[in-house]
Amino acid sequence: MAMWFARSRNLVSSLRQNLGLSAILIKRNHSSPRPVFTNYQLSSKVFLDPSTSFRHESTAVESQPDLVQQSDHEDDAQELDFPGGKVGYTSEIKFIPESSSRRIPCYRVLNEHGKIISDSDFIPVSEKLAVRMYEQMATLQVMDHIFYEAQRQGRISFYLTSVGEEAINIASAAALSPEDVVLPQYREPGVLLWRGFTLEEFANQCFGNKADYGKGRQMPIHYGSNQHNYFTVSSPIATQLPQAAGVGYALKMEKKNACAVTFIGDGGTSEGDFHAGLNFAAVMEAPVVFICRNNGWAISTHISEQFRSDGIVVKGQAYGIRSIRVDGNDALAVYSAVRSAREMAVTEQRPVLIEAMTYRVGHHSTSDDSTKYREADEIQYWKMSRNPVNRFKKWVEDNGWWSEEDESKLRSITRKQLLQAIQAAEKWEKQPLTELFNDVYDVKTKNLEEQEVGLKALVEKQPQDYPTGFHI
Amino acid sequence: MSAIIHGAGAATALSTFNSKKLVARSRTNLPGRSKRCIVAAGSDDGSKSFGSSSLSLRHSHKLIANNAVATKADTSATTGHELLLFEALQEGLEEEMDRDPHVCVMGEDVGHYGGSYKVTKGLADKFGDLRVLDTPICENAFTGMGIGAAMTDLRPVIEGMNMGFLLLAFNQISNNCGMLHYTSGGQFTIPVVIRGPGGVGRQLGAEHSQRLESYFQSIPGIQMVACSTPYNAKGLMKAAIRSENPVILFEHVLLYNLKEKIPDEEYICNLEEAEMVRPGEHITILTYSRMRYHVMQAAKTLVNKGYDPEVIDIRSLKPFDLYTIGNSVKKTHRVLIVEECMRTGGIGASLTAAINENFHDYLDAPVMCLSSQDVPTPYAGTLEEWTVVQPAQIVTAVEQLCQ
Repeated sequence: MAMWFARSRNLVSSLRQNLGLSAILIKRNHSSPRPVFTNYQLSSKVFLDPSTSFRHESTAVESQPDLVQQSDHEDDAQELDFPGGKVGYTSEIKFIPESSSRRIPCYRVLNEHGKIISDSDFIPVSEKLAVRMYEQMATLQVMDHIFYEAQRQGRISFYLTSVGEEAINIASAAALSPEDVVLPQYREPGVLLWRGFTLEEFANQCFGNKADYGKGRQMPIHYGSNQHNYFTVSSPIATQLPQAAGVGYALKMEKKNACAVTFIGDGGTSEGDFHAGLNFAAVMEAPVVFICRNNGWAISTHISEQFRSDGIVVKGQAYGIRSIRVDGNDALAVYSAVRSAREMAVTEQRPVLIEAMTYRVGHHSTSDDSTKYREADEIQYWKMSRNPVNRFKKWVEDNGWWSEEDESKLRSITRKQLLQAIQAAEKWEKQPLTELFNDVYDVKTKNLEEQEVGLKALVEKQPQDYPTGFHI
Repeated sequence: MSAIIHGAGAATALSTFNSKKLVARSRTNLPGRSKRCIVAAGSDDGSKSFGSSSLSLRHSHKLIANNAVATKADTSATTGHELLLFEALQEGLEEEMDRDPHVCVMGEDVGHYGGSYKVTKGLADKFGDLRVLDTPICENAFTGMGIGAAMTDLRPVIEGMNMGFLLLAFNQISNNCGMLHYTSGGQFTIPVVIRGPGGVGRQLGAEHSQRLESYFQSIPGIQMVACSTPYNAKGLMKAAIRSENPVILFEHVLLYNLKEKIPDEEYICNLEEAEMVRPGEHITILTYSRMRYHVMQAAKTLVNKGYDPEVIDIRSLKPFDLYTIGNSVKKTHRVLIVEECMRTGGIGASLTAAINENFHDYLDAPVMCLSSQDVPTPYAGTLEEWTVVQPAQIVTAVEQLCQ
């Protein structure tokens, strides 16, 4: 065993003679041990080197005239040639530590009291934009509250809130352009809200009525709208990530000034599709912005049980993707980060990863009671002291752009609108039977036509066995 | 036309039998190839009645020579060019890529390598690296990518190096590909083509000998077709690309080198139509993909023994072309299904159920289904041969059914 660690010059020279490796091995300077390559060093050499972003050069070893000499003088340019490029070597056996001593810091602009931290980099936000952002964050809060209550009253079957993540929802949407294609996970209705989806349209989808764009085919909160460039939510986790790479690819092919933006939670990064989506986007050099909402919990699984890395931001580099960690409860920071990422993605045609740190204040969904696996104090702390909406509100108010009257007016109007929307959506009739068989294919196949005829006949024969209001 | 050659050959062999039987066959000898055009599923004459028992000339087709190797070269004066099945697929793909700039290809080694079975040979040089995309090894990823791209106006052709690998993409295919058009209320279409070779090859081992059509057949929202000749390979490839629905095109590893003469002019095969390979009177044999050739080989023997089997290549695995199949069952009253799928839960199992449900009154004997056993495909050559239905078994089955 000790043989392996012997830094013997003799070993090297005997190898050289016996195996004819003179073109490759270079005598090692043992007096000045080279440091092991850390992530940071690797990043400066390999990842940002433009010559490594080729895709089609042959992988044959290039001839390297500069490494041929069997010179006796030690050379500092000690590198080996392998498929993938040149890599330095070291005779010191040292493992890269599993985590760096310092966690990647989090980018933030506003402090907890809503004051801008001095010397922050951030993209300034106008009064109009800031007020709109705040209004939407507050609207999202009211919407979540009322729909949640509606579910508890049994009026809708299911709901999922975004409480605690309003800044991520709205600020990211505000930083994007309307042509950017959004592939959501499920906790991002704020993006759709920002883009102009009305409260009535949200209600219609939750009730699955005839006005729902999804035609009553998906469960509540699975919104989708091609007009708003918001892909229909699909329940399986992380399936949208490789699809985002595909959207980025399509946009790249068509040379559009737009990117794909996709969201995922901390739990979703454990799925194979996370690896797949990021790897593909990197290799394709596709304009995709991956936004991970690290909110600490995946239903009842805490992040300490989900992964052992320093969050998700460190994973970006593993795929050759530029990444940033941002305070997800700071609307200004999220806005700047997403805006910068979007510009990078589109102009440089590359993927970017953003890890937004936040906390899931609400339960996972209406089917969950999170007090079963976490302390009520913890929830309360994040709800009150680390509330992103309040924090942004303070900043907006300090600028003189918002007042308490505006606040109460907004909340009461929104509440009223929502209640009306729910009442209307509830009363609106449901889809007729024909919609059960449409859109499976572009044109109904024979077997579907037969099945439809059969079902129609059954319903007509025994209408009393089917719910009232159910029509063909 | 080889059709005439075949008919004449059979005629001499059957000289001791009722020559009136041969009259029926002449109806299918076409003076020249009819130009096929796209027939949408809905316009299938619409009617529930399966009409007269006469052969439907819509499905008239060139008869295929009944051996599993290269067909005889067509020495007639009609134009056309000869090529191998993988070249026919490539030709179809290239024509569609020329026609529509939204069509693109993605998969492992499809670019400069030309594809593991050379179906995408030369395309990367012609259309560029981005349009014929080499992907990293992750089936779920590039299938998902294809779906995302399709929802953004592209028309990807996704190649699985082997159909068996697409099991890794099952989540994307089932939960997204098949569903998103429906769950989005028709807002997003997913016009992808997922294709690749499957089936039992020559000693490729169990994992490379999968028949995925049986796993995918339940997924709502997708269409499945299986090609078996260069003619229908090109036609189905083109039709699949033009379809707005996600289509899974099943090719077979052992059929890529089949040679046939195909027309020079453009044509498309209907995705939902079955192909009449050999009209007959005694028994309907339904088959698809490679088993077609085993059936035709058995048909040769059967004809010598005095039977007159009607062979239909069902081609459309989802949905079944019950119109053609029904017409045939009403004529012959006996059905034998020959497939390569496993016994349990295969295409044959579904087809048996469909025929029994729809045509029970027309059957004189129970539907028989010959399939592979419910075992992983072994590597050893002899064992592998026994797990696939052989012509001798088909002959025995026909004799049994026609007693």
